[in-house]
Amino acid sequence: MTSLTALCTLVAVGILVLILSYIAMRGVSALNFRFLIDTPRPIGEGGGIGNAIVGSGMLLLLSCAVGIPVGIACGIYLSEFGGGWFVSAVRFLIDRLTGIPSIVTGVFVYAVIVLRMKHFSAFAGGIALALIMIPIVARTTEEMIKLVPHSLREGALALGAPQWRVTIGVVLPAAASGIATGAMLAIARVSGETAPLLFTAFGSRFFPRNLNEPIASLTVQIYNYAISPYDEWHAQAWAATLVLMALILSINILVRFLTRQKFR
Amino acid sequence: MSSSTSFATPKFEVKSHALLRSTATKIAVENLDFFYGKTQALRDISIEIPERQVMAFIGPSGCGKTTFLRTLNRMNDVIPGTRVEGNVTIDGADIYATGADVVELRRKVGMVFQKSNPFPKSIFDNVAYGLKINRVTSSRSELEGRVEEALKDAALWSEVKDRLKTSALGLSGGQQQRLCIARALAIRPEVILMDEPASALDPIATSKIEELIFDLKKQYTIVIVTHNMQQAARVSDLTAFFLLGKLIEVNSTEKMFTAPNQKLTEDYITGRFG
Repeated sequence: MTSLTALCTLVAVGILVLILSYIAMRGVSALNFRFLIDTPRPIGEGGGIGNAIVGSGMLLLLSCAVGIPVGIACGIYLSEFGGGWFVSAVRFLIDRLTGIPSIVTGVFVYAVIVLRMKHFSAFAGGIALALIMIPIVARTTEEMIKLVPHSLREGALALGAPQWRVTIGVVLPAAASGIATGAMLAIARVSGETAPLLFTAFGSRFFPRNLNEPIASLTVQIYNYAISPYDEWHAQAWAATLVLMALILSINILVRFLTRQKFR
Repeated sequence: MSSSTSFATPKFEVKSHALLRSTATKIAVENLDFFYGKTQALRDISIEIPERQVMAFIGPSGCGKTTFLRTLNRMNDVIPGTRVEGNVTIDGADIYATGADVVELRRKVGMVFQKSNPFPKSIFDNVAYGLKINRVTSSRSELEGRVEEALKDAALWSEVKDRLKTSALGLSGGQQQRLCIARALAIRPEVILMDEPASALDPIATSKIEELIFDLKKQYTIVIVTHNMQQAARVSDLTAFFLLGKLIEVNSTEKMFTAPNQKLTEDYITGRFG
């Protein structure tokens, strides 16, 4: 039994290592400092993904600014304040929302925001990503808050704390690392999303100037370069993939560091 | 039954400090019924709890003593589907009156739980929590003073004074429970409810808590639920015996354990059931 589970673990980890090392191998050749700060250029002139890195960062910030607070608030409501059929209905909907293919979210945002504004924008892209984040954050927040022992709440209530202060001052901090993990999962999930951005943020060859115009992102740039017929762009797509993975990894590490549980 | 449930002024023995303590009624309960949904957990409880004494609630598991304790600071309010009928007054004020301030009540009536429940914060922040919530102190130094005082009152100061910034979860079980007592004391309540505060502790930690209760009754009205009859006999001035949601007898602890009025009490105390 032990050897069987160990073997499966080894296979799973092995595949992961294989993917990572393959990307690193293919990506590293086109990677240099210039590549990280330059904008895309025509074939033969090099060019880089600087605008896509900034664009992805802005899209992520935008989606976090909307998705994480709404998601956490929703999770708090589900676990702390709600009861009865309404909460069950919301929970059911959120679970279905988690399973919606991201391209559908993209098309939805295209229909309700892009068509109405009559142009693609970073704003629309951020909303599309936020819509993907909210159910993930909401459900993990709910589950993590439920794990906080009831005795802690009673302890705080018995000291004369009103319910909202118990939630903010005792329950949320006790669940913080779990909630952060959920938020991190959501961030990692959306930072790899391409489909919802194709119809919303669209892509751009320039550094972003404001949120009301199309914006570049790593994933869309990787997609565009990967389907191109040029070897040079293929190499750049590999390099951009390597950069994307490094960024996601550093976000994970940063969030872990910021929310490390002091008292556990 | 009615004669046994009404409570006469106890004829307790005059102990060295007993003269200093008053026997004025702190908490008065009249005809209290309590329901969890359709299940009635307490039946027609009437009792008077005098101030600055220790009253112990004893009785077998499920007899309603913890439920009753929790009606005194309205902790049962947080359980959905519960219902209270009857009167509970503290210092003459009806705590279940419409418009009664639950938050105010809980500041006045502190509680220590069966299972120690320190917050996952530092030792200092645990004790300071109630002070901060209730905006008791106006300066940092005042806050620190009150925290120190509470920890000293809970006989914990000497053990933790060098590690106030470390996690409360690193303390031993007995220390955690005394921390919870300190946390309750910090906001200077008038009544302290203790729900089997020593049931999860070893004998040494238990004796520390019991010594503490003995010291605290000089200032506070204490109501303690205990499974342990020796403990009730050691720490309390008065004892109330509950059975199946009814209050069977209230008496001075000495009388209760030597010559109880009720046959049921005697059967329980001598170990014939429960």
